[in-house]
Amino acid sequence: MNRLSSFNVVSLTLGFVFLYVPMLILVIYSFNASKLVTVWAGFSTKWYGELLSNEAFLVAAWVTLRVAVISSSIATVLGTMAAYVLVRGGRFFGRTLFSGMIYAPLVMPEVITGLSLLLLFIGIGLDRGVLTIVLAHTTFSMCFVSVVVSSRLVTFDRSLEEAALDLGASPWDAFRLVTLPIIAPAVISGWLLAFTLSLDDLVIASFTSGPSATTLPMKIWSSVRLGVSPEINALSTILIGLVAVGVIVASLASKHAAVRAKRDEQAAARAA
Amino acid sequence: MRRAVLIAVPYVWLLALFLIPFAVVFKISLSDIALAIPPYMPTAKDGIWNMLSQLDFENFIFLTEDDLYWKAYVSSLQIALISTLFALLVGYPMAYAMARAPEQWRPTLLMLVILPFWTSFLIRVYAWVGILSGEGFLNQFLLWIGVVDSPLTILNTNTAVYIGIVYTYLPFMILPIYSALDRLDGSLIEAAEDLGCSRIKAFWLVTIPLSRNGIIAGCFLVFIPALGEFVIPSLLGGSGTLMIGKVLFEEFFSNRDWPVASAVAVILLLILIIPIVLFQRNEQKQVEAEG
Repeated sequence: MNRLSSFNVVSLTLGFVFLYVPMLILVIYSFNASKLVTVWAGFSTKWYGELLSNEAFLVAAWVTLRVAVISSSIATVLGTMAAYVLVRGGRFFGRTLFSGMIYAPLVMPEVITGLSLLLLFIGIGLDRGVLTIVLAHTTFSMCFVSVVVSSRLVTFDRSLEEAALDLGASPWDAFRLVTLPIIAPAVISGWLLAFTLSLDDLVIASFTSGPSATTLPMKIWSSVRLGVSPEINALSTILIGLVAVGVIVASLASKHAAVRAKRDEQAAARAA
Repeated sequence: MRRAVLIAVPYVWLLALFLIPFAVVFKISLSDIALAIPPYMPTAKDGIWNMLSQLDFENFIFLTEDDLYWKAYVSSLQIALISTLFALLVGYPMAYAMARAPEQWRPTLLMLVILPFWTSFLIRVYAWVGILSGEGFLNQFLLWIGVVDSPLTILNTNTAVYIGIVYTYLPFMILPIYSALDRLDGSLIEAAEDLGCSRIKAFWLVTIPLSRNGIIAGCFLVFIPALGEFVIPSLLGGSGTLMIGKVLFEEFFSNRDWPVASAVAVILLLILIIPIVLFQRNEQKQVEAEG
């Protein structure tokens, strides 16, 4: 069972080459001195310098970051509430519609979500800008948060909550002191997912933003439509680097937490 | 009381920003284009009854008459289907190898599959522009090893779109298949082999049927988003690449024909309902099978 045949090794190797070589090329050529992106002309970091002195990119990055932080935070609160209602809410009027509205945005094509929100915003006369992008991003990412959190809530031992309630905690205290710490990892990964989705979104932001707010993906889009540019390679390298660091830190942290939990468990077993 | 608030807040949010917008799209799809702001008529300003009486299915009739749209839907389905098939062909062997890899490697392999998903989608598609172009890396490589004499035209064709879709959605194919194969009881395959099945026959008769749910889930997870894809055909496809997401985007932003764009969206949604329902049924079955 645990021996890989040569076919397995080959398919894994080719698969990972396919997944990683394009990004690797992007990273390598961001350090290319030449403006021609397919000809190597020596090592240089000048595109990073140009990128950092390009004010339009910095402004767009700041807009994107603000939108992502605000929308993912609201989405985490709303998504956690929605997950709680779905898993613990019991029956209520319109429950089917509610769960439908949670799952539908996950598979909805972005062009449709973007178009429908834009038409709504125009219909009610809301000026398009940072606020409308935040509303749009919150709406679709709260559904992702809700799916992540509810998968944790389903496996959660309900008697812990009941014990807190029996011992006199108010429902809010039981949630805050018992439930929340236990589902915290899922809530945090929900926030991270919402944050990444917001950072990454081009289509919905293009529909819902106005002239006053351009996000980084929109800025990247308008320059990559004209072809490959070394500045965008530099920007991509920075973004890929940030994600790689983030994922490695997160996996080390969860490993650390797992080790600690195991140690606590062993200590508890010894004490008993 | 508290419970009511807990239910009401996310409920009202989704009603206002998910369901009502669809009603708006549907209403505008029944309207006519107008030289006004907003560029359609009638609007609620004309009075509700007056507005309702002027709505009609004209735009939908227009869509069936102009074969651009008809072709765009068919070609989106075709591109999504072919890409899904290729993603399965690439993804299944990878998922299979991951499930057979030594236990201590699996978390790392899983992380390597998930990592690209966290990286910007736009950047991953953009990476292929430099690889597939006429003087790009793929052509340089092929010329260097002498497989071709002159550069191949890949960028701005449907082939580039297939590559782009397979590349960006591959993790969605691998993960459900991997989780199905991971749960598969290895002794069943051993039993088949002991009973005289060849390796390959055991694979076809035991492994594939037992990973069927994973295959179905993976295929839908690639097919559904690929159908409405906009970024990949716009960046990698050519002028001949017709995909409905691109048509909708251009109809809206270039032609500014909002009623027709809305009608295109309504039909896309109707087409998508079928695979989405099938997908949910598959998931439901899987949950029941486990429970």
